[in-house]
Amino acid sequence: MKKVLITENLRIDLDSEQWECRACGAELIGARENYKRGLLVYDRDPREIHKPLLDPDHYEFTYAPNPQWCRILEYYCPRCGSMIETEYLPPGHPPIHDIELDIEALKRQWKDRPEVQEAAVGQEYPRPVAHGGPRAARLYTGEGA
Amino acid sequence: MNDNNITPDQQAMLDRFVRQNKLFYAPDPAIMENHRIDPRSEIEQRLLSGEVDPHKINEVRGLIISALDESNTMIEQMGAAPGAKWGDMTTGIFTAAGDLSMIAPHGVGGFAAAVFYPIKFINKYWTDEPTVGVREGDGFIHNDARYGGIHNTDQSMMMPVFWDGQLVCWVSATIHEGENGATEPGGMPAAAESKFDEGLKMSPFKVVENFELKRDLVTFLQNSVRDPKLQLEDMKVRLHSCLRLRERVVKLLEEHGAEALIMTLRKHIEDVVDEVRRRILELPDGTMRTVSFADSTLRESALLKLNMAITVKGDKLTVDMRGSSPELVNRSINTCQASFKTMLYSGWMQNVWPDLPFTMAVFTPFDFVFDEKSIVNGSFDTPQAMSLIPLFKTMTIASIPMAKFNYSLPNRYTAMVAPQYDQPATLIYGGITQHNEFTGNFCADINGMGQGGRSHRDGEHSVSPPFAAHCDLGEIELMEEDLPLVRLGAFTLTKDRAGFGKQRSGLGYEQIHTFRGSALWGYMTGCTGSLFPSAQPLFGGYASPAYPLCKIKGINVFDELQKNPERVPFDIVRLMNERAIEGATYSTHPSAMTFELAQPGEVYMLCQGAGGGYGDVLQRDPALVMKDLEEQLISDDTARDIFKVAYDSASRLVDEQGTRALREQERRARIARGKPFDEFVKTWSTPEPPAHLPYMGCWGADVNTVYGIMMGERVKMSATALQSQFMLNPKDVRIAQLEAEVAALKRAG
Repeated sequence: MKKVLITENLRIDLDSEQWECRACGAELIGARENYKRGLLVYDRDPREIHKPLLDPDHYEFTYAPNPQWCRILEYYCPRCGSMIETEYLPPGHPPIHDIELDIEALKRQWKDRPEVQEAAVGQEYPRPVAHGGPRAARLYTGEGA
Repeated sequence: MNDNNITPDQQAMLDRFVRQNKLFYAPDPAIMENHRIDPRSEIEQRLLSGEVDPHKINEVRGLIISALDESNTMIEQMGAAPGAKWGDMTTGIFTAAGDLSMIAPHGVGGFAAAVFYPIKFINKYWTDEPTVGVREGDGFIHNDARYGGIHNTDQSMMMPVFWDGQLVCWVSATIHEGENGATEPGGMPAAAESKFDEGLKMSPFKVVENFELKRDLVTFLQNSVRDPKLQLEDMKVRLHSCLRLRERVVKLLEEHGAEALIMTLRKHIEDVVDEVRRRILELPDGTMRTVSFADSTLRESALLKLNMAITVKGDKLTVDMRGSSPELVNRSINTCQASFKTMLYSGWMQNVWPDLPFTMAVFTPFDFVFDEKSIVNGSFDTPQAMSLIPLFKTMTIASIPMAKFNYSLPNRYTAMVAPQYDQPATLIYGGITQHNEFTGNFCADINGMGQGGRSHRDGEHSVSPPFAAHCDLGEIELMEEDLPLVRLGAFTLTKDRAGFGKQRSGLGYEQIHTFRGSALWGYMTGCTGSLFPSAQPLFGGYASPAYPLCKIKGINVFDELQKNPERVPFDIVRLMNERAIEGATYSTHPSAMTFELAQPGEVYMLCQGAGGGYGDVLQRDPALVMKDLEEQLISDDTARDIFKVAYDSASRLVDEQGTRALREQERRARIARGKPFDEFVKTWSTPEPPAHLPYMGCWGADVNTVYGIMMGERVKMSATALQSQFMLNPKDVRIAQLEAEVAALKRAG
């Protein structure tokens, strides 16, 4: 049985052709479907997350998004409640079908690839130190921290 | 006489006539819409068909890169523009045909990646033009993005290099110059309503002969801008940087011969094309989609969509921007497709494949699809002076779909990262300095965006602009020597204004500006994201917050600092909430402001922004939340409400069991309040944008219908027949509102 990691929170089981939650392993929906159809959605007022820092009694703009312009769609795993995805959209804008994979091609691609259970981190390239000096470079790389 | 059949001789004569009597050498779509490298020239074909010595190529490449590094450092050391001081420049080398081969290691790649367009224009039109020509010792200048470039503040010098009478390569030097004589100072006029308000609009022309600047043309350019000293100085800097680069290339030619140079420049880009095809092939086949919104035209609030779908099939990758906002014929935030591709490429090289050599050849295997007359494929007549609005979003937008393509790969070319902050949050200034000089430019804060959260660690604070990893913020003290600006708060990180997530974004910082010692001084800002957050999150994180422009007017803060210094904390939130300065007017605004004059001691404040958060906030390590508290990056409120950590406020010791319980409780609450997707969309999705929203772009998945705003009214258009949108003058709109109020009051009274 081979599973392919698709995002931080989702994987596809190539044998069962199911989207799965990576936090709890729940089967969400068929891999050929929009994975969002296997999740719960909540329409969040953005002011609950990005709270007004300036007094709303005095100011129209407060560092909080305007709820008439912007909503946050939060997508949850129906079994464990992990937040699988978020989407910032104007009110009423249909959710984006953000991931649409060719499952047959995916199966062919992974036929001879060994399964990856923990995602690789990938290299971070050191930045030039011309302006910040070696101390800034150490802060960036974490070296000596 | 009605017979239209003409002989081949007649056709040839007609073609010659048309060629010799061209009315206007406008940007050539055959050049501007072609981002791919040219086919091999005859000599490249001959050289690369034979044996290629990789060691020789590597040796020559090393010599070129070292020469590029030196010439770029020359600009950094000598350049007068603020941009040049903090890294906003580059030098580059191109094949004889004009394809970008290499840039300086610390250069801004987008500059060189845009300069291949004007070089191809020069090759095509000026080489055989008897009144121009391309000869040894010539140099060409250019700034109009319609002929290639990012925006018209950037000026380039392009110089052909000949060997044995043959053109063997081109070299270039580019600086973000700033001031260019536009309708507002600083070169990025939000108020431009037509391209004729944009200031200098240099199509590529010859400004250097026999290796010397033509002083008559330099004078014309100086006479066209607010800062003639800057114009002259940096033209000299670009010329001498190119001359030094040319000198090093000539030495290389003497030592290794022209064939080695030609082979190296071409092989370098062909190898990149091969590698990119291999990388596309290893991605999963499919389509990834994302959207990004700008909430202002810089003159009025409006929600403008950038709509992106990236499709991979085998070794083909297609970037589809259909459904994006239509172009605005009297607003400056349009961009042409060449600039769009260049900046998409710049962001790609920062976030997706930063290990590849910096050459536009990376995009040779890519296909692009645009609607005609969209905001990212603007037509020739649209103003594009503030193209940075869509272009900054362009630089980060691909981070989301490409993260979804790349996540599964067994081998990653760099760390997974959420989008960086994507708006030019900096003050643009203009006026007379304390040295009695007229100037206009921008602050280097444009280089201080917070990074998005990464898969394995938080994003960095105020790290760089999204177009170049190495650019720096500038030294405030140095700026204050030249300008009347005084920074009361410079680099205080913006507490609680982050993209929250499992890995939070890097934060931006506060900028608290005032000035003294000038009788004529003012500001503009060209930034969106005060209503709708700019930097989007990745994999279940939260976005950056929204950022307003804040002002304290009607007082002189220097007087207050003498009398009551305790009433002027160097902290935007405290300043604005405590409202302690007597007689002051405190106000907040969208972060887009056309140029306005200020009085000495008045205060203008904005924030550099945060990137997007990465992953679920409930998965954040509680110890990292405590570290954020300790570093004053977040408040107790955020630690408890957003991250759901239980801890002792005094000692900041985490109650692990309590935290587990809080988080479990929140997960259960999510399940309780969430609705199944199909049920949710039935009540959520609307067939059209809400009536209250000034919306531009497609709505939902249907890219065939695009909404716009024409003369204040919503219009619905076929994507294949977009119309340029004409916006009402905001002052006329305001006058109409006030007249209506007066009329209503009269009726009531």
